[in-house]
Amino acid sequence: MSLPAFATDMTLGARARRVAEVAAENADRVDQEARFPAEAVDAMKAERLLGIQVPVSFGGEGASIPEIAEVCTILGQACAASAMVFAMHQIKVSSLVEHGGDSEWHRDFMRELCARQLLVASATTEGGIGGNLRNSICAIEIDGNICRLTKDATVISYGAHADVIMVTSRAHADATPGDQVMTVFKKNQYTLEKTVDWDTLGMRGTCSDGFIFKGEAPAAQIFPKPFAEIAAQSMLASSHLLWSAVWYGIAADAVLRAQAFVRAAARKANGAQPPGVVRLAEASNLLQLLKANILSGLKVYADAKADLDQLSSMAFSIAMNNVKLASSETILVIINQAMIICGIMGYKNGTPYSLGRHLRDAHSAQLMISNDRILGNTSTMLLVQKPDTSLLG
Amino acid sequence: MNETIRELLARVGGLPVAVTELEDAADLYAAGLSSFASVQLMLAIEEAFDIEFPDSLLNRKSFASISAIEQTVAQILKAREAA
Ligand SMILES: Cc1cc2nc3c(=O)[nH]c(=O)nc-3n(C[C@H](O)[C@H](O)[C@H](O)COP(=O)(O)OP(=O)(O)OC[C@H]3O[C@@H](n4cnc5c(N)ncnc54)[C@H](O)[C@@H]3O)c2cc1C
Repeated sequence: MSLPAFATDMTLGARARRVAEVAAENADRVDQEARFPAEAVDAMKAERLLGIQVPVSFGGEGASIPEIAEVCTILGQACAASAMVFAMHQIKVSSLVEHGGDSEWHRDFMRELCARQLLVASATTEGGIGGNLRNSICAIEIDGNICRLTKDATVISYGAHADVIMVTSRAHADATPGDQVMTVFKKNQYTLEKTVDWDTLGMRGTCSDGFIFKGEAPAAQIFPKPFAEIAAQSMLASSHLLWSAVWYGIAADAVLRAQAFVRAAARKANGAQPPGVVRLAEASNLLQLLKANILSGLKVYADAKADLDQLSSMAFSIAMNNVKLASSETILVIINQAMIICGIMGYKNGTPYSLGRHLRDAHSAQLMISNDRILGNTSTMLLVQKPDTSLLG
Repeated sequence: MNETIRELLARVGGLPVAVTELEDAADLYAAGLSSFASVQLMLAIEEAFDIEFPDSLLNRKSFASISAIEQTVAQILKAREAA
């Protein structure tokens, strides 16, 4: 047995950066070929990142949402598709951690997830419903101890590569569209028949194909809480915060590239101000705004977690919606600024300043639950909600 | 108050079932109350009782059933009397 010459840095940040290195190496190929970022996901498993959010008592590390958001940002700077796969997995795990603790099956599953580093995908979007995740057409059928479900799932990111899929549906055949449950299905408990190919502008490596999902599993795998509560208390916040952390990573890398471009120009400019430097200052300003927006959202969520009433309040939903709206729009402005700074070197593929992939990936942000839909929800709430106008409250 | 709430629920709730068939404790969300309709209901109740829901009561729980709404409204009316 040989001892390593020096101890490996096992902090979360160091583990994330090692994964990011692998992700960055493959990012362009993953994008060009629209293929699953297998190397990066293998590295996540090797660094045991898939179970970090699970409490220590169930085999995980009890990482907080801010800590996970930081990992999303580190990965987002390397390969947005890999980062988004990680973020979407962690959003599903947050439902387990927040709502699965009372159920023996879900507790055991958390242990298995950590031990085997299982990758979890999500099927909320449905043909005929779109991104209105609080409505389902399909209904789960419960037959004694067994449940069965068929869903026309039009978008399941890494569906073909996941070990587990969590699927929303109506709670029973007579349930109204909003009376939903979510069920955990393991790979040997479902079949996927591909219906739509994911050949898209960006986020190509998420491989978010459409499938007809057919599953059969023990009924104990249905979450013991209504999906309405899961959506409001863990999914809304974790989605908007972790997605935003990925998007921030994309924008931050774009600004880094623009800054490198300006610095190289400055060295050759013989003391003259290089072009693009004022735009760089503007981009840096917007990047700070974006970061502040996400950080304040993380704090609002951490505070609300201590108070269930606050978690299901309108003020909280509006705050989370606003984080998503602002970050999805601001990244496009920032990356576009970076593109103008780098000029043709940014527009071209394969230069150190290339920004095409960043810009294409970033365009998914506004559609990932359509901003128009979110604006619609917020505007309805604003008809009755009274805003808190204080600075610190 | 129960009757007024039921009347408003029938008018703006958009439920697929008749309001007369709902128990006071029945879960309105499971009965099909959408978030849009729940806001319409809040507005109608504010108008009918001449009250404003404070932010702390604007959550799913306060509007989860007819009796929950009654309690929420009663709480606001009582606070107003005390003031
Ligand atoms: C990279 C990526 C990964 C994804 N991964 C997954 C996944 O793993 N699992 C999953 O289930 N889903 C996934 N999705 C789907 C996503 O969550 C949304 O459901 C989907 O993007 C919405 O699709 P849509 O625009 O066709 O539908 P809709 O939400 O129906 O919107 C269509 C258009 O109609 C308009 N519109 C619709 N409703 C309203 C309204 N109420 N108010 C105003 N305008 C409205 C909007 O302008 C919108 O552009 C992913 C999406 C992306 C981009």
